[in-house]
Amino acid sequence: MLELKNIAAGYGPVRVLHGLSLTVRPGEITCLLGRNGAGKTTAMKAIMGLLPLASGQVLLDGEDIGRLPAHEVPRRGIGYIPQGRRLFSDLTVAQNLEIGMRCRHSPPEVRDRVLEMFPRLADRMGQRAGTLSGGEQQMLATARALCVDPRVLLLDEPTEGLQPSMIALIRDTVLRLRDEGVAILLVEQRLDAVLATADRAVILENGAVRAEADAAELRAEPDLLRRHLGV
Amino acid sequence: MRGGRLIGLHLGLVAVLFALNFVLPAYSHGTVARVMVLATYAMGYNILFGYTGLLSLGHAMFFAAGMYGLAMPMTHLGLGAGPALLTGIGSAAVLSLGVGLLALRTRGVAFMIVTLMFSQAAWLTILLAGRWTRGDEGVVIPQADRMLLGLDLSDPSTRYLAALALFSAVLFGTLWLVRQPIGRVLVAIRENEDRAELLGYDTFRHKLGAVVLSGTVSGAAGAAYGLFFGYAGASFAETHYSIFPLLWVLLGGAGTVIGPFLGTLFMFYLIDLTSGLTPAYMLVAGVALVLLTLFAPQGLAGEIRRRWWRGLP
Repeated sequence: MLELKNIAAGYGPVRVLHGLSLTVRPGEITCLLGRNGAGKTTAMKAIMGLLPLASGQVLLDGEDIGRLPAHEVPRRGIGYIPQGRRLFSDLTVAQNLEIGMRCRHSPPEVRDRVLEMFPRLADRMGQRAGTLSGGEQQMLATARALCVDPRVLLLDEPTEGLQPSMIALIRDTVLRLRDEGVAILLVEQRLDAVLATADRAVILENGAVRAEADAAELRAEPDLLRRHLGV
Repeated sequence: MRGGRLIGLHLGLVAVLFALNFVLPAYSHGTVARVMVLATYAMGYNILFGYTGLLSLGHAMFFAAGMYGLAMPMTHLGLGAGPALLTGIGSAAVLSLGVGLLALRTRGVAFMIVTLMFSQAAWLTILLAGRWTRGDEGVVIPQADRMLLGLDLSDPSTRYLAALALFSAVLFGTLWLVRQPIGRVLVAIRENEDRAELLGYDTFRHKLGAVVLSGTVSGAAGAAYGLFFGYAGASFAETHYSIFPLLWVLLGGAGTVIGPFLGTLFMFYLIDLTSGLTPAYMLVAGVALVLLTLFAPQGLAGEIRRRWWRGLP
């Protein structure tokens, strides 16, 4: 379980998160929502150790990982798929996956399982990542993060700019991981996607939680999100 | 099969260079030996720039550290060529570790500036310590001292084969390195350092390792140059000796194993041939370089990789 306790963080003197607290439980998809600048991506960067915490704690199963160097965080079992994919474009698909597996010494079964989720990648193992289509690149970015065999997975707008079939594939993968017990924190702008996948939604405003709702509340009252987000 | 083709290509290059030892006229014989040592320097530079993506403007200090680390103990302590070769390589390793620990606190342009400043400081140190280094004049290593394992390195053929041995060791060492997982991590850092860190890699340690390896190989080339050609001079620590390997690597193909050799050979012969034809040889060389940059922006081996052989490392 991942817990953020009253964290404050930002970029140099600019504070973006002001006492953010939230919990991401195993086998649950928590959607992080909010307008541009609310602090969604900043929260993910703070969890991953990319931004120093001014105060507060990031607890992974009780261990405070909030002040670890960034490279130590994924070794604890947190996978992160940032916005914009960011593949190693000069390396092949196989080499991108190998890089993902090596840091946690993941066994070959992990890669087999990942390739079973994304069979199209199996046909392109020798192809350079930079020459893949947009959808295939997102598959590879997701697959590479899964090669870390994460307990917690952070996804920052994973369906942005993808065609519907690819969006469905990514959504099914996220749901499958949830069912396998992975704790998932998802930043998503599309409200239909939130309603289709979220077990819980957390709405940020000015770097703190403004409102929370569980799946039953979201489905019973779909306008709840629109009201809070003002869309 | 792919690995076989790659090893065949690199073995083929070594075999051609070996065969040239027996057919080249005296002048070219010495030139190619020099090119092989300088290409070794370029391969060291390529580990840092081509594979790890760190642009250093101060590699001359590592080349000179190897050269003076060899020449000083030979001249002042009477050390033999073998142990002096080790002190030369060791000097470059220690210097690169120290420079790496400090310079890697910066990134991008700042890293370039910091390495340039360190290199300038090293050059000035050589000049200021003229009592030992003989400043601008440099140090001549007597022919009688250039014996290694019973081999007379002042003999052209022996020197050529020793240069080939060093070149081959670094060529195959680089080929091995870039095909290992660690080589892929270096490329990952070059492509996207933050992303590599977010996959759990301590990028500082990897970059430091690359600086030390690159500096040590450059130092080995410097030490070999001093020993093979009998001279250590302050000019090898000047800024242009930091720019040369960058040019050689860019022309030959950054991030390719064979590229630094092609770039060094091309540039060396371009200047050599044009200087015999016209006093404006630098102009001709400059035009040739501009044309090459326009039509082969990834360098010679880089273009081969882009057009015909995608898997060329």
